[in-house]
Amino acid sequence: MTCEELLKALNEYVDGTLDLTEAECQQFAEHLAGCHPCQVVVDNIRRTIRLYKEGEPYPLPPEFERRLHSALKRQWEEKFGKAT
Amino acid sequence: MQQRPPDQQDSPVSDEAQLLRRAQQGDFAAFEALVQHLQPRVYGLARRILGQTHDAEDVTQQTFVSLIEHLEDFRGESSIATWVLKIATNHALKLLRKRRGLPTVSLDGPADPEEGYARLPHPDYIAQWREDPADLAQNHEIRRHIEQLLDALDDKYRLVFVLRDIHGLTVKETAELLGLTEANVKVRLLRARLMLREQLTRLFGDEATRVVPDHRHE
Repeated sequence: MTCEELLKALNEYVDGTLDLTEAECQQFAEHLAGCHPCQVVVDNIRRTIRLYKEGEPYPLPPEFERRLHSALKRQWEEKFGKAT
Repeated sequence: MQQRPPDQQDSPVSDEAQLLRRAQQGDFAAFEALVQHLQPRVYGLARRILGQTHDAEDVTQQTFVSLIEHLEDFRGESSIATWVLKIATNHALKLLRKRRGLPTVSLDGPADPEEGYARLPHPDYIAQWREDPADLAQNHEIRRHIEQLLDALDDKYRLVFVLRDIHGLTVKETAELLGLTEANVKVRLLRARLMLREQLTRLFGDEATRVVPDHRHE
């Protein structure tokens, strides 16, 4: 496997999906073991995904949360009658 | 109350299911608790798809109003959170398309030369990151900056990254929502990941560990 081929199979490897055959996984692992730049790229990609998954970057504005609550209560009462 | 098996106790998924069941029986407090639990993810998803606060608020409200209207329609084919995120995505896409004034172009238009695996954005700056993502994410300025980088991605790449990598939808679910083939989703996701990797590694990479491949990727 070349670096170019590894790049194309990166998603499947990083996501651990079953789209790669056992032989392809083996080739991927063998290339990775001998190619430091590719090792770093794979690690960078994993960190990129983790960074965006961490935390909640956009807290709900409190004023909106109040408006949302009122709007949903109104909608609920239209459908079910008095909210309990 | 019926005792849940030990492996389901305190599980967010079974809590969601229980809240939904109670809401379906007309319990507004349970519905509110479900909204409270899901609203950060719904709002975050809408904000990242639409890039601004006001529209994200509209989409969040529309999503939970739709949830009231369709409470009985949950079929259990995915988790409740995924079901609600799909409703939110549909509302957000509708708004995004309306804003663009072009119903289909750009989000799910025909394949262009950048839709395949040819001419992938190859890694240029390759270095180990100085810090762990969990530590980087604590910094408010860094958070703001990385969200700006995501906002700056073309819609077609940002959408698949947000749905698949941030909100954990499957490739199939992402493809169905965006009206794309699974192959398209995969290649767009790869491009999004590579583009973000390049920019983030330039920010967070340790220059001392920089490696230069001994060959050119062609």
